[in-house]
Amino acid sequence: MAVSNKDLSGVLARGQSAGHSHDENELRVAGFWIFLSTDMILFACLFATYLVLRGNTDAGPTPQQIFDVRGFTEETFILLTSSFTCGLATHAMHEGRRGGLITWLSITALLGLSFVGLEVSEFVHDVGVGATMQRSAFLSAFFTLVGTHGLHVSIGILWMISIMYQILKRGINATTARKLTIVGLYWHFLDVVWVFLFTVVYLMGVM
Amino acid sequence: MSSHMMEGGHGDGFTPHGRSFPWLHVVGYLLSLVLTIIAFLAVLNHWLSGRTLISIIMLLAVMQIGIQLFFFMHFTEGHGPRYHIMALGFALFFTIIFVGGSVWIMSFGGSQAY
Repeated sequence: MAVSNKDLSGVLARGQSAGHSHDENELRVAGFWIFLSTDMILFACLFATYLVLRGNTDAGPTPQQIFDVRGFTEETFILLTSSFTCGLATHAMHEGRRGGLITWLSITALLGLSFVGLEVSEFVHDVGVGATMQRSAFLSAFFTLVGTHGLHVSIGILWMISIMYQILKRGINATTARKLTIVGLYWHFLDVVWVFLFTVVYLMGVM
Repeated sequence: MSSHMMEGGHGDGFTPHGRSFPWLHVVGYLLSLVLTIIAFLAVLNHWLSGRTLISIIMLLAVMQIGIQLFFFMHFTEGHGPRYHIMALGFALFFTIIFVGGSVWIMSFGGSQAY
């Protein structure tokens, strides 16, 4: 347990004879935290918009009518599990196990893909019953908020695939370790955002 | 001078730890599942109502942030200045102002339709 929770800086400190590149990798991770902070503000704006407009259904579909409990529950557990498997990929990286890393990261990407698939089918179903983005202020805010998260997840999947390719090609070194750490942070962040989507949009919608 | 190590090709610049069971991740995962299930059951079974229920599930969501940050993102570890904590704290401050402020100020608007 003690070795499993070492952060990136600890990993990178080992095997680095000079401090220069170690600092650079740390700086890049710190920079990514800054990005996550700004991304959080983006989502804050979309959440604020949604909360203000969610009652304005213009006599169209209401949250209770279009939210499918089973669908969003599946999405939630899939994303929570993918956050866990992503953590296991990072754990395998810390142990220098490339095979384990690729396996867990592949599972994470597949879970992400099934999440996006469920979300797309949810959107298609909504549009099919007349709940389109232009129908009401509630639906505009809903599709923008949930869609922005879905877009983030989709980008995360492509990002993971490119990192898997790099790790297969170059192995686990300080650079690929830093890259995996950063995509891991991104993925856990998206899980946090989804927990709030699940709570504020879906649970409060069917309440 | 060590940039050649960074850019790989040698496969070095990285020394793995020994093998260990990922307890921290397993515990974090189980906790996140438990919190999600509680929130889910509380809403679907109407354990509470109105503002109390909303407060409870929001509290559960906030606890989920703590779990992700501590168990998966290793937020509290690291060396040197904690710039990432300052950045995230700042973002959290803005988030509360944006969301709380918007909801609060729009609550005075009555019931206009948009």
